[in-house]
Amino acid sequence: MSVPSPARKMRGASEMRTGRFGLVPARHQVLSLALLLVLLASWEGGTRAFGVPEFMVPSPLAVARWLVAGFSEPLTSPASLAYHLGVTLAEAAIGFVVGSVAGVVVGMALAHWSAAERVLYPYIQAFNALPKIAVAPLLVVWFGFGIEAKAVMAAILVFFPMLVNAMAGYHSVDPDLIELARSCNATGAQIFHKVVLPSALPFLFAGLHMATILAVLGAIVGEFVGATAGLGMLLLQYNNTMQVTGVFAVLVVLGAVGYGLNVLMMHLERHFCFWARRRKNFG
Amino acid sequence: MSAAARGVEPAPLIEARGLGKTYETLEHRSVHALSDASFTVRDGEFVSIVGPSGCGKSTLLKIMAGLLPSTAGTLHLAGRTVTGPSPEIGVVFQRPLLLPWRTILQNVLFPAEIRGVPPSHIRDRASSLLDLVGLGGVESRYPHELSGGMQQRAAIVRALVQDPTLLLMDEPFGALDALTRERMNVETLRIWDAQRKTVVFVTHSIGEAVFLSDRVLVMTPQPGRIARVVAIDLARPRTLSMMGSAAFAAHAGLIREHLDIGRDLDIKKDLVSGMSR
Ligand SMILES: Nc1ncnc2c1ncn2[C@@H]1O[C@H](COP(=O)(O)OP(=O)(O)OP(=O)(O)O)[C@@H](O)[C@H]1O
Ligand SMILES: [Mg+2]
Repeated sequence: MSVPSPARKMRGASEMRTGRFGLVPARHQVLSLALLLVLLASWEGGTRAFGVPEFMVPSPLAVARWLVAGFSEPLTSPASLAYHLGVTLAEAAIGFVVGSVAGVVVGMALAHWSAAERVLYPYIQAFNALPKIAVAPLLVVWFGFGIEAKAVMAAILVFFPMLVNAMAGYHSVDPDLIELARSCNATGAQIFHKVVLPSALPFLFAGLHMATILAVLGAIVGEFVGATAGLGMLLLQYNNTMQVTGVFAVLVVLGAVGYGLNVLMMHLERHFCFWARRRKNFG
Repeated sequence: MSAAARGVEPAPLIEARGLGKTYETLEHRSVHALSDASFTVRDGEFVSIVGPSGCGKSTLLKIMAGLLPSTAGTLHLAGRTVTGPSPEIGVVFQRPLLLPWRTILQNVLFPAEIRGVPPSHIRDRASSLLDLVGLGGVESRYPHELSGGMQQRAAIVRALVQDPTLLLMDEPFGALDALTRERMNVETLRIWDAQRKTVVFVTHSIGEAVFLSDRVLVMTPQPGRIARVVAIDLARPRTLSMMGSAAFAAHAGLIREHLDIGRDLDIKKDLVSGMSR
């Protein structure tokens, strides 16, 4: 009914309307996309103009063709990108769940029993300082070439940041909120799940953000060491046979997976921790 | 009434005898925070506790709330020894302490939820209390969307939602600006009148104590003890305009005098340190 004034409209376009993911203004998302297109175009142009051989740096179009072909293969084919992606995602997902649940449980328990924290924390720090990827070959010995070794690798990588964030989250709880809960006769379990856990959620999400990346990393590293399937295995195989276009195609898939997981986590965080960003102003 | 007619004082709601608290710190020091506090509070009475910072006001209130065990003396609420928090006691803290991930209504229902009272039994009371304090329209908003005064009102409703006999308030308006604070004082008396609660109210502000109370317990520090009890015989209902009256000033002056007995020591200390500079 009422026509918005031009000023209103402009503000609507530049400030108030946020992008599809609600995190970056639409204008900036358009710019990002435009930049991507420019980069791809100059890459394509460059490879043509200088006649770069495809076994050194393939052109984006070649990579795109490879991607289309790879995803069109039936799942049973050894060249099916979808199949290998599925394997890697499954490994990463199992590692993600196991590692983050274990990290949160152990972290919360340590933070709750401060004596345990003091006794065990040096060990945890020592293990954390270890380049954990170095245990990957050992995991093949213990768990074989199947999905287990990769899931364990992913879980190990995920575990530590989750543990540290769970402890930080536990310690971040406002002691006065606990006093409030006690004044309502809350039991220890109630205090934990109605006050401590929600208070720690922003910290847990900070950990989960890292965990998504680390879980995929763990799965890929596990596959590098010894695997019969998965994007990491495929990457090595293409690399060894000089199929550089295939290598690039796998890298693009991994990049897209990482980006997608990141966006997913941001959405989840916004949904569950909507209250956390403004909290400082209203303590 | 009948007890009074027979010339017998009705039993007080709260009866404190020689209450004391010594904190043991982590470094094995002991802090004598409260000493020999004896007082009674009648049913329906509004009693304030004033005193300088660190004199043990919060300590006393926490003991009354059942949140802190005393290390000396006895405390009875309605004839029973206070052993822990109870739905008979509502507590309002200095900060609103609303859970930021819950709506105002969910926050208000929190104590009932913790105690396993089905929400259906208490929703109507919660809604009418929210209406009473002017928060009817913001039930489903989140705490960060409300002003400090509104948040503290929600905290008061939360303390009242299980219909306690005793309401304990620890400097509930200390963080608010002066104007909001005055309005909240008027509001508090209105709620007190409507809900017929017994209130024990901790404050730094002498004016606030006089405005609200039937009696004021004046505390002095080191160790914290109740130095004097001042009865405020100003007419009710009280209005903000009374704060300019001579009677009001007289009561405030009396309280200030009792506080100054404790403060003289500090002033002398200041003089000494001032001269040595
Ligand atoms: N948990 C504790 N451990 C050790 N000492 C404490 C503890 N809590 C309070 N105290 C000490 O007890 C004394 C009284 O504290 P309390 O919090 O009751 O004072 P208060 O009158 O409420 O002060 P304020 O007006 O600043 O809130 C202070 O000296 C304080 O340092
Ligand atoms: Mg205090």
